[in-house]
Amino acid sequence: MKGYNFAYLDEQTKRMIRRGLLKAVAIPGHQVPFGSREMPLPYGWGTGGIQVTASILGSDDVLKVIDQGADDTTNAVSIRRFFARTAGVATTTATAEATVIQTRHRIPEKQLREDQIIVYQVPQPEPLFRLESSRVETKRMHGLSDYGLMHVKLYEDISRFGQISISYDYPVMVNERYLMSPSPIPAFDNPKMDMMPALQLFGAGREKRIYAIPPWTRVKSLDFDDHPFRTINASHPCGLCGATDSYLDEVVVDNHGGRLFVCSDTDHCAERRAAGHVGADGFREAAE
Amino acid sequence: MSNELSPGFADSVADAQSCFRSVLNAMARPGHLHAIGGVSAPHPLCDAAAAILLTLADHETPLWLDPMAAEASVWITFHTGAPRTPAAQAMFVMALSLPDLTGLSIGTDEMPETSATVILQVASLTTGQRYVLEGPGLREPRVVAIDGLPPDFVAIWQQNHVLYPLGVDLILCAGNQLTALPRSVSIKDA
Amino acid sequence: MAYVAVKGGEQAIDNAHAWLARERRGDTAHPVLSVGQIEEQLGRSVDRVMAEGSLYDRELAALAIKQAQGDLIEAAFLLRAYRTTLPRFAHSNPVETATMRIERRVSAVFKDLPGGQILGPTYDYTHRLLDFGLMADEENCCDPGPASPATMEAMPRVPDILGNEGLLESDARIEQEPGDLTREPLTFPADRDVRLQALARGDEGFILGLGYSTQRGYGGSHPFAGEIRMGEVSVEIEPAELGFAIDIGDLVLTECQMVNQFKGSKTVPPQFTRGYGLIFGFGERKAMSMALVDRAMRAGELGEDVTAPAQNVEFVLYHSDNIEATGFVEHLKLPHYVDFQSELQNVRRMRESVE
Repeated sequence: MKGYNFAYLDEQTKRMIRRGLLKAVAIPGHQVPFGSREMPLPYGWGTGGIQVTASILGSDDVLKVIDQGADDTTNAVSIRRFFARTAGVATTTATAEATVIQTRHRIPEKQLREDQIIVYQVPQPEPLFRLESSRVETKRMHGLSDYGLMHVKLYEDISRFGQISISYDYPVMVNERYLMSPSPIPAFDNPKMDMMPALQLFGAGREKRIYAIPPWTRVKSLDFDDHPFRTINASHPCGLCGATDSYLDEVVVDNHGGRLFVCSDTDHCAERRAAGHVGADGFREAAE
Repeated sequence: MSNELSPGFADSVADAQSCFRSVLNAMARPGHLHAIGGVSAPHPLCDAAAAILLTLADHETPLWLDPMAAEASVWITFHTGAPRTPAAQAMFVMALSLPDLTGLSIGTDEMPETSATVILQVASLTTGQRYVLEGPGLREPRVVAIDGLPPDFVAIWQQNHVLYPLGVDLILCAGNQLTALPRSVSIKDA
Repeated sequence: MAYVAVKGGEQAIDNAHAWLARERRGDTAHPVLSVGQIEEQLGRSVDRVMAEGSLYDRELAALAIKQAQGDLIEAAFLLRAYRTTLPRFAHSNPVETATMRIERRVSAVFKDLPGGQILGPTYDYTHRLLDFGLMADEENCCDPGPASPATMEAMPRVPDILGNEGLLESDARIEQEPGDLTREPLTFPADRDVRLQALARGDEGFILGLGYSTQRGYGGSHPFAGEIRMGEVSVEIEPAELGFAIDIGDLVLTECQMVNQFKGSKTVPPQFTRGYGLIFGFGERKAMSMALVDRAMRAGELGEDVTAPAQNVEFVLYHSDNIEATGFVEHLKLPHYVDFQSELQNVRRMRESVE
């Protein structure tokens, strides 16, 4: 792309972000402030993830971009195009082929490998933000490992609802030290973060924070001994491929309350269908 | 060719990215070795150390340079613009022997990321004293061999590790190879 | 009916862009709007976009306004994104507003003063009656005449007049380099330089509302408009090789100095305190609001109780940037169905355990 540096960012900005990433990896789960730049996409639409990806990407990488688990949602398309234009990298929809995966709100169903990096788009990096609006205060809490506010909230949930009521962006403890927001992935995906073989990087552009979880690191979803962490998912198989262990989207198919549940991870679903799996409802995807 | 004139990266964009990915992977998987290309280092720096400086240092990163590596100083200034500071204020410490870690910035409770990164040149990363590393990035404890660390390195490093999440981070270089010890990793004699 | 998985995001985006281009052009019975027309005849829009885009370039701001169909926040966003790509080759000396070539200068605290009250091209005393004469495309009947020359008369600043008597606190001085929010993330405590930068590039509406709130009792400080001046200042850089300053261009700026009261202490006799506003272009509403909010955010340092939103530095600084704000507010349009699905299942499960 004429007139722009490889992957858009200038080298000084890349260095600044790269230094931040290295410290983030050395301190798993800790939010490292960084000088987020104004990007050609709006804040809140993935600029943090984009800056992280732009700082790590090389011409031999293969990039996958997903949003809600799908490669074809409009913002994923827009971001993939951005990198195709500014970096000329190869892109893919196949999780297995990617070396870098930028994601919003999901972790792919297929287990990631040691040679892969997953970059999460994060709208709000501060796990305590709903409980304490002052960042000056939350910074102090992280510094002192003072997470009482969160434990109280979870306890109150149990008193009120009989269970912890958080279903996405479920807070985790990383490396037994930092309370972290996993980004708004469904609680269903949290277990994948624990001892993941791949490197996990998190970018929040508007809030100007980077954080990281090295491979093979303990990530524990907060819970109590008598109310252990449980995942939530629709109790149906995928209508298209029959999968019973993947996170499902609920699709409204008609005006009579008809519902179809399909894999949110479109690559996972397509791979299963290509291998001959068919959903119990017998639906087949119509040819494009 | 004198040090002042020797070039930096052949392709500054691509080589810096490639070197960075190696350093990132080294921090993410402590003790794993990575090879760096793209630059011939000015004496007495090894190629990996020179590459790391080109990749990470610039006019915003205060640097302390080991006096034993003074010959490379002009080259470093020319290619990175890194301002020099006393070791206690340095973001990067380029050393030919392990400096006193307690004299370096270890960060603060609220800003542990502001601590120093030590780039330490050693004789070898494939032979020498054997150590066992354990911690984030390692599925199971990993044995590494490093030639060029002081005999009490395990004690020194554990003193740093126990400060977690504060503490310095260490990148080790020999020839064109590098590996890393983030503060999160603990070490014992093998 | 077989379910067809939704695809075709790329095509949808292309179609949307094509439609947008047609909307932007509008009815072709009208001539294409020129960037020059916007620059010349929509100057107040251009000023606002430069201020919030943090980039002084009238032509680029006009282009951004044309591209954004007049959406000024969208235009400021375009300018900011462009600004990110520009290399920096120098820092200027601080501009000297004391030697501004004045087009407008008024003071509410003195009836008259050296240099006088100069109204300049102000809307202040217009009657807000729609002028249907402006509907015509041809030149307006009244010849605007030659532009009034900027005055060369000496214009001492009102704060200096008060300051000479010791009645006004002296100007702030900082020793270290001023911070730069476009390069480093905001950290607290935020010093005055960073607070002023945030206000200068912050949303006019947000800062106007906050300034207004201070006048209505939410952390007020009895402000008086000490001086408002608008005009051209020179920008100078001092290259190391030359050893002296050279003029590289001019900016039109609006500066507002508010004079506020301070209750003294046992050691400090009572003095008036300052609120400061400085904006690209002709931006009086913003400069005045900025000065009110600047003063409000100094409440802590001046030993006053911090009770009102405009005094809450974290609140003001985190929410004043309209590019950040619109990005995040509008991001709610993006698909959130995965998280919503989790909530749905969660609520269904909780209801089951109750029933």
